[in-house]
Amino acid sequence: MGSLPLFPEQASTIAPEVDHLLYFLLAVSVFFTLLIFGAIFYFAIRYRRRSEHELPPVVHGGLALEILWTVIPFGLTMVMFTWGAEVFFKESRPPDDAIQIYAVGKQWMWKLEHLEGQREINELHIPLGRAVRLTMTSEDAIHSFFVPAFRTKQDVVPGRYTTTWFQPTKPGKYHLFCAEYCGNRHSGMIGWVYVMEPQDYQTWLSGGAPEGTLAENGQKLFTQLACVNCHKADNQGRCPTLVGLFGNTVELTGGGKVKADEAYIRESILRPQAKIVKGYEPVMPTFQGLVTEDQVLQLVEYIKSIGPQPGTRAAPGVRTP
Amino acid sequence: MITTAAPEREHYLNASYGIKSWLLTKDHKRIALLYLATITFFFFLGGAFATLIRIELLTPTGGIVSSETYNKLFTMHGVAMVFFFLIPAIPATLGNFFLPMMIGARDLAFPRLNLLSWYLLVIGGLFALFAMLAGGVDTGWTFYTPYSTTYSNSWVIATALGIFISGFSSILTGLNFIVTIHRMRAPGMTWFRLPLFVWAHYATSLIQVLGTPVIAVTILLLFCERVFHIGIFDPALGGDPVLFQHLFWFYSHPAVYIMVLPAMGVISELISVYSRKPLFGYKFIAFSSVAIAVLSFLVWGHHLFVSGQSLYAGLVFSFLSYFVAIPSAIKVFNWTATLYKGSISYDTPMLYAFGFIGLFTVGGLTGLFVAALGIDVHVTDTYFVIAHFHYIMVGGTIMAYLGGMHYYWPKMTGRMYPEGWAKLSAVVIFLGFNLTFFPQFILGYLGMPRRYHVYPEEFQVLHVLSTAGASVLAVGYLMPMIYFVWSLRYGQLAPANPWGATGLEWKTASPPPVHNFDEPPVMTHEAYDYSTVIQEEIEVG
Repeated sequence: MGSLPLFPEQASTIAPEVDHLLYFLLAVSVFFTLLIFGAIFYFAIRYRRRSEHELPPVVHGGLALEILWTVIPFGLTMVMFTWGAEVFFKESRPPDDAIQIYAVGKQWMWKLEHLEGQREINELHIPLGRAVRLTMTSEDAIHSFFVPAFRTKQDVVPGRYTTTWFQPTKPGKYHLFCAEYCGNRHSGMIGWVYVMEPQDYQTWLSGGAPEGTLAENGQKLFTQLACVNCHKADNQGRCPTLVGLFGNTVELTGGGKVKADEAYIRESILRPQAKIVKGYEPVMPTFQGLVTEDQVLQLVEYIKSIGPQPGTRAAPGVRTP
Repeated sequence: MITTAAPEREHYLNASYGIKSWLLTKDHKRIALLYLATITFFFFLGGAFATLIRIELLTPTGGIVSSETYNKLFTMHGVAMVFFFLIPAIPATLGNFFLPMMIGARDLAFPRLNLLSWYLLVIGGLFALFAMLAGGVDTGWTFYTPYSTTYSNSWVIATALGIFISGFSSILTGLNFIVTIHRMRAPGMTWFRLPLFVWAHYATSLIQVLGTPVIAVTILLLFCERVFHIGIFDPALGGDPVLFQHLFWFYSHPAVYIMVLPAMGVISELISVYSRKPLFGYKFIAFSSVAIAVLSFLVWGHHLFVSGQSLYAGLVFSFLSYFVAIPSAIKVFNWTATLYKGSISYDTPMLYAFGFIGLFTVGGLTGLFVAALGIDVHVTDTYFVIAHFHYIMVGGTIMAYLGGMHYYWPKMTGRMYPEGWAKLSAVVIFLGFNLTFFPQFILGYLGMPRRYHVYPEEFQVLHVLSTAGASVLAVGYLMPMIYFVWSLRYGQLAPANPWGATGLEWKTASPPPVHNFDEPPVMTHEAYDYSTVIQEEIEVG
């Protein structure tokens, strides 16, 4: 006890933008609060009842005033809406050059996985000045990834991937909270985000000796789980090849099309009957319950790594959009 | 002068005696008092939970209760307060008692249904109470899936069924009000002569009838998944967890307006009476209630901005949420304008009305913050949201409820409350409320998440301030409880119309006779025409 902070630290590119919008809303709110409180105080004193049988003049209303205090607030709220939406779109759309990191929430901890293979629990190390894109899922209840200093928050929902991103602007150590109530030790599901100078980050990344990158671990799993027996690289197997798949559009039995993103690959592993690639039989068994969310992420990363490389032709069965 | 004690006049309280005459009554006034006792019980129960929460949060380390207990405390605080106090609060007590009297009716359209609706609330309340005594429930009052269906080891089903059952109480009350307002108005009581309290209750009833079935369905689905493992919400069973949030808020956002629209109705009455003027912009206030009722069904998705719903859904819900802000702003401006050139008295109910406008203004303006997508991402699920909705639901609804209780106490009981104590309570509650909840706005923007049993040390000073405020607030709420009971025996006898009000409910004795009016009333003037009342007062002396 003792310190009394009144305003959170600004440590990401989006934080000042959120705060500017806040200042605008505060200014509007203070203005209307003073206007209304002032009017009430003034009227209450100026027009206080002076005799028991006093009968004030009747005023039924005024159309001009009604229009005035409908149109002005409406105009102001539309500014708030547009401004808020603009900030929201920035908050929601990671830039293309963002570093990819995965997060899995479970009761009651955060698991963070870097592509290079580093795995952290309740800690996230990231480099200063680089945009970081988090792809997240949960193994049980809904959680929410919240870093107040970055002004970002995103629910982490079981059964699907959600993403958030931020670009830190200040080295330091920042709170990571779970913001969606998730049971007994919800308030213990916290950690720290460490924003490091880029060279320190490189040192940190190369420290520790992880057992292979995410994609390498995914490749091992791909063999262990016998995926490789059907999904052959030369497209001669019973199932479509996964080489060059990621990011392309897949044609489905029954006429639909779907973009092969993380969510599609995850679904195809856990619920393979949900979408069948055109020209193939629904023969794949489900891996629900056989692989953890971490392992699914490794598989996703492996499939990404064998995705289209610059200059290569897309494999048959998939079509570039 | 020698006076002989006149035989006591017969009224609804002394017309019959005995427990049966209350438990089987079809008199809307007695049913209102049954409701009053029930919701007062749940208010103090919910208040006790709140007290324990605030004591726990004095220290950041969570030493007083376990996190399991803490999670149950905030859940049961929410359940008791929302479903068993705030939703029935004004409609079932003041509405039940005065809506028929205001339109000059002998009772509600369906007196037996009215009694049934009280029993349903009590049965629902007993389910919830059973769950609390048996070990409690820890899902949060929002019951988010899949936590509530798959992971929670607490009395989820008993609590949810309690809410399910009490929902029918709410539906029946709404239905009864709608039919009563359409069919039972006295001669001369046209739609635009209705007191604005009645308009507000009409709008509220629409939400109750149309919205509450959705929460009933949602609870049944939750029941199916938790008990029979039918996959609806849990992705492990093939369900969609966010679907629950859509269904839950489709009711629970309009439910906020079930809580606050009747409060606005009360405030309209109070502002008019104590400034002795017809309301500025009567029709704008009346139709803004209906507009709020309609728009309230179109904004539920603003609770889901970070849930993973589509970006464009977020955009639409933010846009529509700003629409619903406008009718509320219109009301505040019209109330303020009503004071202009009025004859303003500072009786207790008016102090509560001033308090309402102040707190509701802050609550409403901070609603603009959480409706702004870019800011909501940061403040949702933090103390900012807690502060915002307490300003609306406690600062707004409870201030209006207490204002209304003071205003109508003489009519309901035939006794005046002690004015000095009552004024003090209004001031204590206003100050205590702000000290409790204003620091929470700052806490929330700093990033303090809600439902945290243990929290980082730097938030402690603000939590201590908030707890200090809560102690003041608790004293403020206990005061009316004590002096209202005291006044039943020792309060001055109340005249028929102590405030110089114009409504039909004041044209009969205090307390009213069993059938409300000795002569069937006729409405002969516009609503809030104070010239008639002042004329009478001057003639009488």
